[in-house]
Amino acid sequence: MSTTETRTRMTGIGRVLVIVYAVMALAATGRSFVQIVRKFDEAPLAYSLSAVAAVVYIVATLALVFARRRGWYTVAWAAIVFELIGVLVVGVLSLAIPELFQHDSVWSVFGRGYLFIPLVLPLFGIWWLRTHRPSAAPAVQSSQKATA
Amino acid sequence: MILWFTLIQIAVASAAGLFCVIVGLMGRRPSDFTVGALALVELLLIVQVVIAIIAPFAGNPPTGDLLEFWVYLVSAVLVPIGGVTWALLERSRWSTVILGLLGFAVAIMLWRMEVIWTIQVV
Repeated sequence: MSTTETRTRMTGIGRVLVIVYAVMALAATGRSFVQIVRKFDEAPLAYSLSAVAAVVYIVATLALVFARRRGWYTVAWAAIVFELIGVLVVGVLSLAIPELFQHDSVWSVFGRGYLFIPLVLPLFGIWWLRTHRPSAAPAVQSSQKATA
Repeated sequence: MILWFTLIQIAVASAAGLFCVIVGLMGRRPSDFTVGALALVELLLIVQVVIAIIAPFAGNPPTGDLLEFWVYLVSAVLVPIGGVTWALLERSRWSTVILGLLGFAVAIMLWRMEVIWTIQVV
């Protein structure tokens, strides 16, 4: 079991990235669901944002899983860049105009409520995308490293 | 939620998380110990589900949002299942690390659940 098959596989660190995205997707979706069901009228902007963030995380997770393919690779880029812009913009706004963000969303204060993972994660994602461009032929990546 | 039980769960989940992350970074694939650690976390979560169902009827209702609490709890129950499934399909050192990260995730969720149950006021 020490070697991986020759079909394309994600390297180990990529899998960690996918899992962290999946956990964020779960967290954002759960939170957004509860907020919208319970009290959407209280803070429609913040809660709509939560819903958008949840969707972005779900899309990013899926896109990263299939990022070997060109189409999904592009989608992953789009989702992660959107996420980065989102966390930065919402982070700044939540500090500058707190009245708009009285109710926390995933990206409030740069993701402080989530240990700033929403801030760091897209940077990690961008790094991974830059170093794992899809190639024309399926590559047997340095899988030995991942299964050492 | 029962505070001492929550604390035990958080301790077990954090210890499992730390153990799996360290062992994984050392290069070990998922083993009976690492998977077993997450299985223990899951077992405690199942007990937590039972407690959460009974508690309101036993004079221990949540002060916070019940829906939010259950979304957290159901999510938490699913996390080790997902993680162990992944680890069994993909037996690499990173799967072990992932088990560890998921252990930490469960610990955080448990803390949030305790806050929702006892501190948050709807």
